[in-house]
This record gives sequence, C-alpha cells and structure tokens, in this order.
Amino acid sequence: MKNLTIPEEEYMLPGHTACLGCGATLAMRYTLKALGKNTIITIPACCWAVIPGVYPSRTLEVPLLYTAFEVTGAAVSGIRQALSAKGIEDVNVVGFAGDGGTADIGIQSLSGAVERGEDIFYIMYDNEAYMNTGIQRSSSTPKGAWTTTTQVGKVRDWKKEKKKNMVEIMAAHGIPYTATASIAFPEDFIKKLEKGKKIKGPKFYHVFSTCPTGWLVSPNKSVEVARLAVDSKVFPLYEVENGIYNITYMPKKEVSVKEYFSLQGRFRHLTEDEINEIQKEVDESWRILIEKEKWSKSLIKV
Amino acid sequence: MNEFPTPIATVPSTSNKTGGWRTFRPVILYDKCIRCMICWKFCPEPAIKIVSAEKYQAKNAAIAKLDAPEIDYDYCKGCGICANECPVKCIDMVFEEKLEG
Amino acid sequence: MIFMMKMLTGNYASAWGAKLARVKVVAAYPITPQTTIVEKIAEFIANGEFEGRYIRVESEHSAMAACIAAENTGVRTFTATSSQGLALMHEMLHWASGARLPIVMSVVNRALGPPWSIWSDQQDTISQRDTGWIQIYTENNQEVLDSIIMAYRIAENENVLLPIMVIEDAFILSHTMEPVEIPEQEKVDMFLPEYDPRYKLDPAVPMGFGSLVMPEGPFMEYKFKGQEAMENAMNIIDEVDMLYKENFGRSYGGTVEEYRLDGAENVLVIMGSVASTAKDVVDKLRNEGKNVGLVRIRSFRPFPYKRLRYILKNRKSVGVFDRSYTFGYGGALFTEVRSTLYGLSTPVKGYIGGLGGRDITTGLLEKIFMDIIRIGNEGIDRDYEWVGLIGDKRW
Ligand SMILES: Cc1ncc(C[n+]2csc(CCOP(=O)(O)OP(=O)(O)O)c2C)c(N)n1
Ligand code: SF4
Ligand code: SF4
Repeated sequence: MKNLTIPEEEYMLPGHTACLGCGATLAMRYTLKALGKNTIITIPACCWAVIPGVYPSRTLEVPLLYTAFEVTGAAVSGIRQALSAKGIEDVNVVGFAGDGGTADIGIQSLSGAVERGEDIFYIMYDNEAYMNTGIQRSSSTPKGAWTTTTQVGKVRDWKKEKKKNMVEIMAAHGIPYTATASIAFPEDFIKKLEKGKKIKGPKFYHVFSTCPTGWLVSPNKSVEVARLAVDSKVFPLYEVENGIYNITYMPKKEVSVKEYFSLQGRFRHLTEDEINEIQKEVDESWRILIEKEKWSKSLIKV
Repeated sequence: MNEFPTPIATVPSTSNKTGGWRTFRPVILYDKCIRCMICWKFCPEPAIKIVSAEKYQAKNAAIAKLDAPEIDYDYCKGCGICANECPVKCIDMVFEEKLEG
Repeated sequence: MIFMMKMLTGNYASAWGAKLARVKVVAAYPITPQTTIVEKIAEFIANGEFEGRYIRVESEHSAMAACIAAENTGVRTFTATSSQGLALMHEMLHWASGARLPIVMSVVNRALGPPWSIWSDQQDTISQRDTGWIQIYTENNQEVLDSIIMAYRIAENENVLLPIMVIEDAFILSHTMEPVEIPEQEKVDMFLPEYDPRYKLDPAVPMGFGSLVMPEGPFMEYKFKGQEAMENAMNIIDEVDMLYKENFGRSYGGTVEEYRLDGAENVLVIMGSVASTAKDVVDKLRNEGKNVGLVRIRSFRPFPYKRLRYILKNRKSVGVFDRSYTFGYGGALFTEVRSTLYGLSTPVKGYIGGLGGRDITTGLLEKIFMDIIRIGNEGIDRDYEWVGLIGDKRW
C-alpha cells in the first residue's frame, strides 16, 4: 500500500545537473506528474536549459525542444498549431521558462500566444532572478533583494522596485485560467494543472521555485522557505478562472516577512524599518487580493 | 555522434551518477519512519524510491503495511530537504567522510 | 492539360507557391512590401482554399520561432518578411539552420533604416549571409512561384535539410503584375511529396532537440555537417532546376543563370530583377558589336564558386554589381566573385548602387559595361566604387 498524495509516476529522471535543493527541478517534476507522458515541452535559455545535462543527456521522459530565450510563447504556438494541422489535439503542449524568460525578455511572445488563445500550458518557474547567468535582477526579483546587478555596496543599491505581477498581467489578457503555485504545495499545484487539462486555451502558472544558490539559502531549507513565502503572504496561492479570483490556500499561522527573510542571505542587509515597509506592502497586497476574491465572486450570476 | 543532422539528446541522465556530489548522506532511521512519503515528495532529483513494505522493519503493524522510502545513493546529492521536511525527524544527515572512515 | 495563367504580383506568386506546396503552418508578421503575401494567404484561408494554419504572431522574431517549433513538430512551414523584419529575425535564422529545418521563407528585398526607406535593395538579405540559409534571388514573378516550389524540394532533401530564402525585389516584383502560369496541384503534389521528417517532437520518443554541447562535444562536427549540406545543395539546386523543367517546362539555371556568354569577353555579375534590365543592355551592346555578357547569380548561398570560376575563367574583365554595401570595403557579391577568381589574371571590379530603391537605369548599366570593357583593355583603376550618386557626373 502506498501513502502518496501526488501521482507516483515520474517523468523526470535523476542524474540531472541542477544545484542541490533546486526548486526549479521540483516545479518540473510536479508539472510532468500532473500532465503525464502525452506531453511536449519547450524550454528557452534558463537554468532548465542546462539541468538536463550536456548533449547527449536527456532527463525528461517527454520530448523537449530547446529554444531561444525570448520565444517560449511563439514556440508553444508553433508546436500547438503543427499538431493541430496533423489532427492531434490531445497532446499537452508546455512552455517551461524562468521568470526572466517570461516576465522580461519573453513577455511579448507570451502575450501574443495568450491573446491568440493558443491551447497551451505555460509554466513560469520563478526563482526571482536570472540564475543561469549568475543571479542578476529580473523584474520578478522581489523588493529588497540583493542580486549581482542590484548590489548592496556603500549606497545600498539593492532592488527597490516591486515584483512584477504576472498573474495580473495574464488575467488582464482575459486568459481562461491562471494561477500561482509553489514547490512547497505540490498537491495544490498538481490540482491546478489537472484543472488546466480540462480547459481549452492558454493556461499560465506562476510557480514559486526556491533557488538556494541565488538566494543564499541552505539547500535543505529550499522547501521550507517556499512554504514561508506562502504562509507570510509574500506569495499567496490563488487562481483566476475567467476573471474570478479564488484563494486556494489560507495561511494557517501568522508568519512575518521578517521570518521569511531570515532564512535568506539575499535580504540580510535590510534594516528593521526597511523590512517593516515591505511588510506593510505585503499586508496591503493581501488585503487587496481578498477584496478581489470577494468582489469577483460577487459577480458570478447564480 | 548519432545519425541526425543536428544534435538530438537521447541518453537518459541516469548514466550520470550525481551521488558523487554528496557531502552529507541522508540516512533513514526506519524504526522511527512513519512512511508518510513526504521525503519522496520533496526530493528534487528524485532520488528516493518507493520500495515494498516488507523490505524494512517498521515502527508498528499499521506502518508495516505501507510501502517504504529508500534513498538511491547513486543519485542523492545530499541536499537535506528530506531530512528537513520529515515530520518525525527520522532522517539523519551524516558527513560522508565519517561514513567512509 | 488545364493551363492556368493569372496576372499576379510577385507577392501573390509567392502566396500561390506556399498554397501549392500545401504548407501546414504559416507564421508571419506584416511589413511593407511583404504585406500582400500574408494578406493573400489570409484570403486563401478565409475562402477555405488553404489547408494550413496561419499563426498571426506579434513579431517577426516570433514568426521564425513559431516556424521552427512547428517544423520541429514535423510539418511544412512558410513565412515571409522584409528588411527590419528580417533583421529582427536574425537570432532565429541561426536557430533554424542550426536545427537543420527546411523552412522556406519569402523575402521581399527592402532597404534597412535609418533613414526609413521601403524601397528595394539587398542589404537585408546580404546582412543574413552567414546565418546558414540558402539564398535564392529571383528575377520575375513566375520565377518567384516556381522557386518556392523548388525550394521545398531542395530544402527537404536529406542531403540538404537547410532553410531557404526565396528573394524578390520590393515593388519591381512584389507589387507589379505579370502573367504567371500556375502549375497544376496534382503535378506539384507529385513533385513535392508530403513532408514527414525522420526526427520530430513526438511524445512516444523522448528526445532533446538542441541541448548544450561542450567544446569537446560534437559542436564543430555538427557545424561541419551544415557546411557539407551547403556544398551538397550546390548540386541539388542545379538538379532540381532540371527536374523542374522536366515536370513543368521551366528552368532558371539553378545556382547561376548564364546570359549571352558565348564569346563574351566583358561580363557583368548581378543578382535580382535588375538582371532583366541588364539583359536588355547586353542585347543592345551586342548589336553594337561589343562582346559583353551577363551572369545572374541565383544562389548567393551556397555560392556556386566552382561553376562561376569555370564560367568566368577566360574572360577579359568582370564587373560585379552589388545592391548592398558593407561599409569599409566593396560589396559582398564583389568580394565573393573576386575571391572565386583568385589566381587568375582577370580584372574584377565592384559597383555599388541602386540603394534604397534608387533606379538602376539602362543608362547606368551601359556605363558600367563600358567601364568593364575599359578595365579589360587598360587594367583596373580601383577595386570598387559607388555608382549613381546624385551629382556624380561620371555616372
Ligand atoms: C537574447 C539573449 N539574451 C541573453 C541571454 C543570456 N541568458 C541566458 S539565460 C539568462 C537568464 C535566465 O533567467 P531566467 O529566465 O529567470 O531563468 P533562470 O536562469 O533563473 O532559471 C540570460 C540572461 C540569452 N541566452 N539570450
Ligand atoms: S541556480 Fe538555482 S534555479 Fe538554477 S539550478 Fe541552481 S538552484 Fe536551481
Ligand atoms: S538529501 Fe536531497 S537529494 Fe538526497 S534523498 Fe534527500 S532530498 Fe533527495
């Protein structure tokens, strides 16, 4: 008898070259568990372009098209339309890209694909910086973080801007389904993917994926940090289905931003005041999210 | 080189034994393990296998019916997530050199 | 036999080519002067006359990326662009050839800005010389249509597997009507069997297309395969041209078209639709007793160096007309031709003109021929020069 809460089948093999405790690999592992064998995946430049190992190594049990950094949205469109032209509609077409490849350089092709209503899954594994090239700031890097392009130094040049909200951007496209997810909550993530399988059109997932290397986190704390991000409401778990917001996990205990930050070297330089300011912003975003959920649900016609 | 005109990767990464990366070795204390499979769930390799219930001794009869986790040291990189996530703290992280000595 | 003749612009001829080739996925973005190609395809689709799918992408970069992904999924693809759009595609052009995908793209030659210009020159395609694409330059609208069909046959050949640009001049071809014979669909189907590559994205076979290769890995070896494929293409372009003649009654010379080279001493080498004007000038000068001839390069990549050396080796002088520039030296066609003739005593001179749609008149071409005759007699005065500049009395 097996005591499992997520599917047993594995479509990601061991022997890959990700760092110890890499959250991005868990994001892939869960994605494929949910979507299964009948899947084609495309990956742009990012850590995941290297994780499968150097040629001739492959680590996925599904076909993988490597592509250029900014084209994931176009690549999934090409695969989808080619399959449809051949009369194949039941294959899951997946774009799997980092936050830089999605929220920055790839946002144009993603926007195009979503606007065109392509029947695809887009997974943005968010390790909150350009990790492949060595921890540079992205628009998804959270406020307060040190990266190699937002250094602390004498004038405290750490990242001052807020994280880009990709789920909101996707929702504004009128996307049929978009959700956040976290490597610390695989059941929630897989459920959202299962839901996506039943929806025709683009599905966008923003998956919080700890990067121990880039966040200066001890690898064994990788999942724990991701859990704290959710519990502290820094990264709430919710979905937006045809404009209706639904928070899928209500934090059970009070966790402060400070507590979440405390496990990560990248926030070490922040003062009490600076952390308090971020805490206020997090509280405000959470309040707005709750209001959005209430308001959007009130619009449902009964 | 294969017969393709462009490089196409076909060799499973399992030929790459990442166990050599390890500094700390996770060791499951089966007499404490409740076989919740949380370690298996969170292993990023994945390097934890599900083996038949009988293979290891269990804490009690109910647990003995459940299939057990087993770490595949060929691939385990020693990240320690399993030990950190284990709800009953039954995975020890042991320094590799100590093991060898 | 049902003979279908239509009055078509070069762009419509291109769209007809894609339709006859039974392209499965088109991904394209509009740009003047290419626009009417995609509009025509959209019209075919709206009327249920085109079986393929048209992805209305948000940029040329995505157009090429989508074609690459679709082609990797195992279907025939088509796109079209010009100028800035082609420049934007640059990164993906390398990707397409590196992945050895037989994509066919119609390119309508247009100048690159600034300053803005929508008119013809070959700067856009010449700038993509080293992307690993086969480049076929056409002279008229019939050739545009025929070349697209031939391009799939060439590109999909197992010994080639490289993408192809079929290139036409802005407005002169793209927007000018000419009578064009539309080949019968059945005959095209026999000439172009359904595309089914040996390797493609298929959930039944987990493979990784395009993974990281280390310096000691087979990176260079695969690039060398690309080089070999280009060399193979040289013969295959010529072969397919002959095969096309057998099937459809028309041929264009394959990699090179030779015009009145019998006994020609002074030869001009040129590419694109301006060859038509140059042919008239050759006829006129021949009538006047001057031994001039013309070589029209159809395939700039692969560059038909062996054939060209053979064709040009005993000529008295050779001129090369470039409708593009590489600041700092002579034109790209000129440098290729001259290195092709390396070691021979034939003087070779380059002429750069017709930029940004500047008219290349019979008068200008006649002056160029006279200059080529002159260097044949007197020897070379300078390596290359720009011709047709406003206020330049010499030209
Ligand atoms: C056009 C282009 N610009 C820059 C790069 C270099 N580059 C490769 S991966 C990368 C960062 C990837 O960041 P992200 O998408 O967040 O994924 P991660 O590496 O963090 O997993 C960059 C900048 C590139 N490959 N292509
Ligand atoms: S740098 Fe971060 S995201 Fe990239 S492989 Fe390492 S842990 Fe994973
Ligand atoms: S230490 Fe890390 S890699 Fe090894 S079994 Fe535990 S979770 Fe897996």
